[in-house]
Amino acid sequence: MTARLAVEGLACVRGERRVFERVDFALGAGEALVLTGPNGAGKSSLLRTLAGLIEPAAGRIAWDGADVAEDPEAFRAQVQAVFHADAVKPVLTVAQNLRFWARLRGGDDARVGRALERLGLARLADVPGGVLSAGQRRRLALARLLAAPAALWLMDEPAVTLDRDAVAALGAAIADHRAGGGLVVVATHGDIALADAHRLDLGAARGAA
Amino acid sequence: MSWHLLASPARFMRYSERIRPWASALALGAIAIGLYQGLFASPADYQQGDTVRIMYVHVPSAWMALFCYTAMAVSSAGYLVWKQPLAEIAARATAPIGACFTALALATGSLWGKPMWGTWWVWDARLTSVLVLLFLYLGYMALADAFDDPVKGGKAASILALVGFVNVPIVKFSVDWWNTLHQPVSVARMDGPTIDPAMLAPLLIMAAGFTLYYVALVIVRMQALVLERRVRALQQVAAGA
Amino acid sequence: MIGTFAAIVGRDVTLAVRRGGDAATVVAFFVVVVTLFPFGVGPEPNLLARIAPGVLWVAALLAATLSLDRVFRADLEDGSLELLALAPCPLVVTVLAKVLAHWLTTGLPLLLAAPVLAILLNLPWDGFEALIGALALGTPSLSLIGAVGAALTLGVRRAGVLVALLVLPLAVPVLTFGVAAIEAALTGQTAAPHLMILSGFLLGALALAPWAAAAAVRLALD
Repeated sequence: MTARLAVEGLACVRGERRVFERVDFALGAGEALVLTGPNGAGKSSLLRTLAGLIEPAAGRIAWDGADVAEDPEAFRAQVQAVFHADAVKPVLTVAQNLRFWARLRGGDDARVGRALERLGLARLADVPGGVLSAGQRRRLALARLLAAPAALWLMDEPAVTLDRDAVAALGAAIADHRAGGGLVVVATHGDIALADAHRLDLGAARGAA
Repeated sequence: MSWHLLASPARFMRYSERIRPWASALALGAIAIGLYQGLFASPADYQQGDTVRIMYVHVPSAWMALFCYTAMAVSSAGYLVWKQPLAEIAARATAPIGACFTALALATGSLWGKPMWGTWWVWDARLTSVLVLLFLYLGYMALADAFDDPVKGGKAASILALVGFVNVPIVKFSVDWWNTLHQPVSVARMDGPTIDPAMLAPLLIMAAGFTLYYVALVIVRMQALVLERRVRALQQVAAGA
Repeated sequence: MIGTFAAIVGRDVTLAVRRGGDAATVVAFFVVVVTLFPFGVGPEPNLLARIAPGVLWVAALLAATLSLDRVFRADLEDGSLELLALAPCPLVVTVLAKVLAHWLTTGLPLLLAAPVLAILLNLPWDGFEALIGALALGTPSLSLIGAVGAALTLGVRRAGVLVALLVLPLAVPVLTFGVAAIEAALTGQTAAPHLMILSGFLLGALALAPWAAAAAVRLALD
């Protein structure tokens, strides 16, 4: 299988500190990568570097063989991310919140409806974001992944604050995404089940400081 | 553990240490000669009398105010384009020096204004645009120091320096316009149409002295900033390892 | 890309309206500052008419500056800004959309409130057209320059005063020509050249400020 996402010699510097270096991996269609490691090992930094928010100190990220730095907008169209913050506006309803993010990436209302349904938020569609519980806000953040198409999902501790049903729904959504040829890179402490995923332990990959 | 910041600065520390004593000595010499020439050896102005001698400090200060801002903007551009950390350190080291020259230009301008215009301050076009320049310096310094992470502060301040640099000529233009609108030629021009060579020589010597003084001072400040970053890097490594 | 632009403008305006009173607060501040002047300098109508152009402009400048913090900060804090930066359109477009939304919720209300305050300050009728024209051309420049200041201070915890310190000196040209346009009209001259210069300044700010602000936003997300 040819690699869609290939990372070579990636290094990240925060302040004056090397967070990680010489990170290599390759993911083909339908594959998943689980990032592990202790706090501060650079799981979030790696995800943000993959998303293009942090400029790598060294190394390259390639999508379908082309360096993503050459056309970052085209690459961003392939990527959806769920980081720590849920990006839910308290004064907009659940549906309005999701519709905005979907519109930015070419998702439509039907897709938004299905995404809400799938994460058990359909009943709350017209409720303002401000009254949601932490777990419900997290579900809404995850619904973004389903509301618009993207080949690569980046997730930072997606299951935080989720109840058991929601974790199951998330697991099923990821499985469907992969079955459709999608890629997943997820930082997690193992609270979601991922069938035959690759693993990258950043604690071990990290060079001696 | 030596990281990107420590590679080129090491060479900088070596070479700058060689330049520094020369720049300091030459600056001291030039300023001493310039002050003697300006304050004692040069003729008094036929209109302004001895008051004109303020010019030998005022005019070079005003030049340095602009020179430093330009140096700051060029260094900032160098940093943003080539990511050379020394360029950012140079810009940051320049800012307070430039601000002091600007303040000196304003203070001496004000001292000159009292005998010339009978008041400490007039909203003369030049004084006003130099005042705005001082605000730009203060903004740069405040922004650079407002961040917990000096690297981020340096980047943000570099962007600001460039924005300010584009804005300086526009401010100058608008202040000139505003001044002619509000103050039709009622104030004496600060400089005559021509300048006597006997006055020009000390002026240029003073300008050279100020520039050398800037070089000596910017080296000291850059060395201090490099050391400060090094300490910080070591602390971070200690905390993160 | 136009769809994205419109979506962001629509969302930001909706948020400002829903939050209730973002625009209203800015206008209220503007009104309060302007009404302080008669208390400060006395109620003499000729004096008020004389200082009216400057007072209106300075108050508008302060009001616009104080509202800058909300352009990016709320989105930074709840994680929306990083998602906006991940959208498949250039960040400059996103920044421009947010600037337009800021102008629609501050510059435009200020523009509408200014003539009423001008009446309170006894500004002669000759100056009204120039006042509106100058504010219409000048306030978008303030939003653009302000966005740079707001973006640059995103990484700073207490940014309010700092933003003002950065932005106000940069706004001197807008203030100068904005006031000059009104004074020209009051003295029977044409305000056109001043308005042209304000337009030129707006075009320049339009060409440069979004790039600087986008670079600063990237920096804040890094």
